[in-house]
This record gives sequence, structure tokens and C-alpha cells, in this order.
Amino acid sequence: MSEGAARALVAGHGDFAAGMVSAVEQITGRGDVFLAVSNRALGADDIERVLREQLDATGATMIFTDLPAGSCTIAARRLLRTRRELVLLTGTSLASLLDFVFHVDLPVTDAARHAAEKARSAVLVLGGGGQISGD
Amino acid sequence: MAIELFRIDDRLIHGQVVVGWGQPMDLGFVVLVDDEVAGSDWEQELYRMGVPPTMDVYFHSVTDAAGALPRYQADPRPGVLLTGDIETMCQLVDGARAAGTPITVVNLGGIHHRAGRTQHLRYIFLAPAESAELRALAARGVAISAQDVPAARPMPLEDVLAARGDA
Repeated sequence: MSEGAARALVAGHGDFAAGMVSAVEQITGRGDVFLAVSNRALGADDIERVLREQLDATGATMIFTDLPAGSCTIAARRLLRTRRELVLLTGTSLASLLDFVFHVDLPVTDAARHAAEKARSAVLVLGGGGQISGD
Repeated sequence: MAIELFRIDDRLIHGQVVVGWGQPMDLGFVVLVDDEVAGSDWEQELYRMGVPPTMDVYFHSVTDAAGALPRYQADPRPGVLLTGDIETMCQLVDGARAAGTPITVVNLGGIHHRAGRTQHLRYIFLAPAESAELRALAARGVAISAQDVPAARPMPLEDVLAARGDA
């Protein structure tokens, strides 16, 4: 795993991204893999502009967003149209980001798919007298 | 149930609309009035993919939206109508009145920073001409308030215009 510029952006509502990156840093010491972006007070065009500028500044080719219907996801999907190398994972969880950290040297599409699978398997419902189940 | 919220929001369909309003309203459909989106299959697909399969999305240009309003107002499901800017909502209000389906309440949901605009609330930035458009809309009998999410307190237009900063 190489260190240096952020390899992926994490974008979402409020302090979602900063909180997620903080948690990654606390658990792995590799919060530097990600750059946090908030949509707070930004219109749709500005969100897209900020994402574009941060992708260009870091060389990252991966964006994690929080909600499939969220404004950051909409903006990232606009960028996908012109950046064939870019990969988007939406519905981001801490599990997905942690997995990405440990597979960051894989091709980005493979790392993203691996992270998505890990995130799905990390969702559990426990207690309530019923069975333990995944998502 | 019909259209329960006429909202100006420059992000159009996004998390606050689909989840923040959509969940408590049990939202059944969204009417998106925007000339650019109405003219682009790609833009429509972009927004359609963001909503759950239980929610319909309908796209209209501002010129044909007013004529379609009676159909949406007769829909038994709760709906939201979105425009991305004040001018489009003003045109729609005028068209709807002419069509006999007046719009009496408008929600300011998100008008974000742009050159020439002044910040009034955390999510409302207005240029002087836009403030004047809103005042003129209110003078035509439309109740206007700012409220980004259902849990927030609605703020009447005059209070919004008097406010400065990110309250």
C-alpha cells in the first residue's frame, strides 16, 4: 500500500464524509487515503465543480457517496459521463471504506467491487428474538 | 392527496426531497419542471435512477407543466413538484392560474450561492432581482416560506428577506 495523495473522495451530506474519514483514521491510521467533501451550502453546479477540482488535484479515480439519490451522487454521475476511468460507489459505509484502504493497490474497479461486497456482508440485524441475518 | 409541496430547489431531486420529505409524506411521485431536464433523456435517467422504485418521476418543461397540473392534483398519492429556480416557479404559477389550477403555497427549499447573491439563510442565497421576483409572487397571493426539511420551522418570506447570514 503506497502512501501519498488521497486515492478516493468521500462525499456526502453534512459532516458524513469528515466523520467517515475520521473513523478510518482512528481504526487504520490511513485516513489519508480519502479526501472528504461536504455538499453543505453548495448548489448542484458547485458540488460538481468541487468534485472535479478535487479529482484533478489528487489524481483520484474513485468517489464514495452516501445516498443513491443524494446531490453528491448526482454530481458524481455527471462526472462519470466524461471520465471513463472514474468509479462511483454509493451507499457508502465505514465497512466499505475500510475494505478499500486495504485493497487500494488493486485496480480501482476491483477495489470498489470488493468494498461493495464487504459492505453488504457487514450489515447484520441482531437480537429481537429472531434469527441473525445479513442484509 | 395530489401535490402537497411546490418547492424551489436548485438541487432538484436529492436526499432532502427523496428521504427528508419523501419518507414522512409517503411520497408517491415527483414532478420535475425544468426545460433542460425535460429536453434530455440522459438527464431524466440521471434523476430517475436516484429514486426508489415505488416513486414515480414525471418531467415537464415549464410551458407544458401547467396543463398537466390537473392530472397530478387528481392523483390519490402525495406528490412534490420541483423547480430549480424562482423564474420557473413564477412562470408555472402564472400558467397554473390561467389553467384554473392555482398554486397558493410555495416552499423555498434550496437556492445556493452564486455570484451576485446574498446569503439569507444557510440554504437560501438571493440576488436583488430574485428577491423582487419573490415579493411579486407573494403579492399575487402566493404564501411563500423557507423550509429545507419537514422538521425545520417554516420561515415566512419577509423574515427570509430580512435575515442575513447562515441562520
